[in-house]
Amino acid sequence: MSGLEEGQAVGLDEVLGEERERVIVAMSGGVDSSLVAALLVEQDFEVVGVTMHLAGDSSRCCSLEDADDARRVAEGLGIRFYVANYTETFKREVIDVFADEYLAGRTPIPCVACNKRFKFDYLMERATIFGAAGVATGHYARVAQNSQSGLFELRRPRDLQKDQTYFLFQLDQAQLSTTFFPLGELTKEQVRGRARALGLKTADKPESQEICFVPGGDYAEVVESIRPEARERGGAIVDASGAVLGQHGGVHRFTVGQRHGLGISSDRRLYVTRIDAEARQVVVGPASELASDGAEITQVNWIAGAPPPRPVRARVQIRHRHPGAEATLFPLPGQTVRVEFDEPVDAVSPGQAAVFYELSSSADERGELVLGGGWIQG
Amino acid sequence: MRIYLDHNATTPLRAEVLGAMTESLAEHYGNPSSGHAEGALALSRVEAARQEVADCIGVPPGWVYFTGGASEANNAVLMGLLAKSDGRGRLVTSCVEHPSVTEPAARLEKAGMEVVRLPVDRDGLLDPEAVFAAADGNTSLVSLIWANNETGVVQPMEEIVEGLKARGKRVHVDATQAIGKYPVDMGTLAVDYLSCSAHKLNGPKGTGCLVAREGAPLSPLIAGGPQERRMRGGTENVAGIVGFGRACSLAAKELTERMASYAALRDRLWLGLQERVGRIRRNGSSSRVLVNTLNVEFVGVPGEVLLQALDIEGVAVSAGAACHSGSISPSHVLTAMGLSPEEARSSLRISVGHGVQEAQIDDAIEIFARLVNRVRRAGVEQ
Repeated sequence: MSGLEEGQAVGLDEVLGEERERVIVAMSGGVDSSLVAALLVEQDFEVVGVTMHLAGDSSRCCSLEDADDARRVAEGLGIRFYVANYTETFKREVIDVFADEYLAGRTPIPCVACNKRFKFDYLMERATIFGAAGVATGHYARVAQNSQSGLFELRRPRDLQKDQTYFLFQLDQAQLSTTFFPLGELTKEQVRGRARALGLKTADKPESQEICFVPGGDYAEVVESIRPEARERGGAIVDASGAVLGQHGGVHRFTVGQRHGLGISSDRRLYVTRIDAEARQVVVGPASELASDGAEITQVNWIAGAPPPRPVRARVQIRHRHPGAEATLFPLPGQTVRVEFDEPVDAVSPGQAAVFYELSSSADERGELVLGGGWIQG
Repeated sequence: MRIYLDHNATTPLRAEVLGAMTESLAEHYGNPSSGHAEGALALSRVEAARQEVADCIGVPPGWVYFTGGASEANNAVLMGLLAKSDGRGRLVTSCVEHPSVTEPAARLEKAGMEVVRLPVDRDGLLDPEAVFAAADGNTSLVSLIWANNETGVVQPMEEIVEGLKARGKRVHVDATQAIGKYPVDMGTLAVDYLSCSAHKLNGPKGTGCLVAREGAPLSPLIAGGPQERRMRGGTENVAGIVGFGRACSLAAKELTERMASYAALRDRLWLGLQERVGRIRRNGSSSRVLVNTLNVEFVGVPGEVLLQALDIEGVAVSAGAACHSGSISPSHVLTAMGLSPEEARSSLRISVGHGVQEAQIDDAIEIFARLVNRVRRAGVEQ
């Protein structure tokens, strides 16, 4: 998977040919997607801006103000602009699933499903209907076609601080072939600089870091508002031997690796090491009990379309902003992978994604290659 | 070239209206309340326009109160109830009203009034007997939309009003969509109040009127100066009123020919869509409907996506009710007719009007056929 020469990344113009082609830009109202739209207009594409209305009006992202910001940028660029309403689908496919995952004792990461289904599946549908050749987004990631294998490759971006590949491991070849990440070669500072130079109104807009439908960061409250029965599911906090150390107000309030908010006094530093939703038990223990030698990863997607024929070495990232741990991947039947870490890893949380990066490519100028990823099982 | 098929949302200004307004903006700058020649000139233009509007509706000019549009007129009538009845009594209305009636009705309900919202049948029609039954002795007002903005369905208002007047009830009719596309004559239709808006009949936005029969109680919506016989304070929108008057006189003169030409365009479109696009259904009565309006369900096709794709191809239509963000929720009018939310979301309103050419209708049919097929092939989820 290394046949692509430098500078060979597939640009939009190569894919779309000489004439002015139509492309959809997913515009969130932030600086990143605003610049994407501006860059594509500069490159003489017929850009159609689309803001996805996902979480209800109360959420911070996808709010009316953000849609208005996107609309103003689109007006300034002289491009068509539409709002796509997916609030009901988003509630069903993302928000409800998020709550159910917490109730099942896992720590969900809703941004993966949101990206896969909404930013790619649904937007690509709309692109097809609009007669557009593809979808461009403001993600920090790189996609390029390997000239030897013909396969599309997903790689980490130039700006590793902004790397969003962890959320994109579910993309398939068909999606990658119609997807463009024009910011993959830029740093955030360069993006802001270009946006300012172009006079984009969103150039200095602050970042959004939280999960968009959990504006205050209070996950438990959001889970309880969606699934009020969560409040009735209190239980015991126990240690590894099963001794009861205290009581809790519902397993959805805990995540593996958590140290604060346990509400028990102990002379040792205690962490949540395991959550047993069925028994309504939160298991705690010292840091030494937090480490795992490995994990089973299910629903694995391989970017290349198929699992490797034999075990492979990889860097495995187990949460957003985790630096990654070197490991060996053992592909098993049924889209499952057994990960064996070289050194024990702390707080491997069921419900989070494990994303595999090619070890040999860490020093690659084109960015570390994403092999695939899946979900950590408990 | 754009194909504008959203004349129920708003209409382009007629050249004659634009001419009259341009002249008025330049020449009639006086304040109609002023006691000098400039004021007198402006006042005479406002009163001439009042005569034109009155003639169009078949009332004496003294019954016409200019407002900022039909929404304001609807608010004036409904919120006026609060001032008069002190929040007691009953308001009878329907499930297919415009928001400028449903929202004041909800406020009246909060203030303690009883509000009855009558259902419509699958065709979008009210049952006159049900209206009479609902309008009991305690009823302060019956407020109904004559021709529906989304479906174009025309209520049997002659029969309803006759029955209500025989029972001594006060009646308000929202005639915003009817005027200019359907004979509106308050000489024969004995309602107490009637609302309309200039921009639905090729006049300017921001101007409309409330027509109130002599003796029908009115309370000022905007307290202020002596304008509009103290019912609406504020210096008159002279040019807007002049444009409204011209639009009304054109509508009165051309009604018969407009009705024939709009109907021909609308029927050509419906025939063509039936021939070229599979699995479509017409929403609402096809006999008791405005000549210009077609509401069509494209089975399995989300209206929002189709509307946007049509726009890219140059065709302007309407889907449901647009929220502030521009995204779309299912129409309460269609769900009141018994359509499921999904069916309502798959429905588009197509409305023809002045300036639409036969050839544009033919082009639109082909664009519809191409895009509906494209959406269906893509298998879009709602």
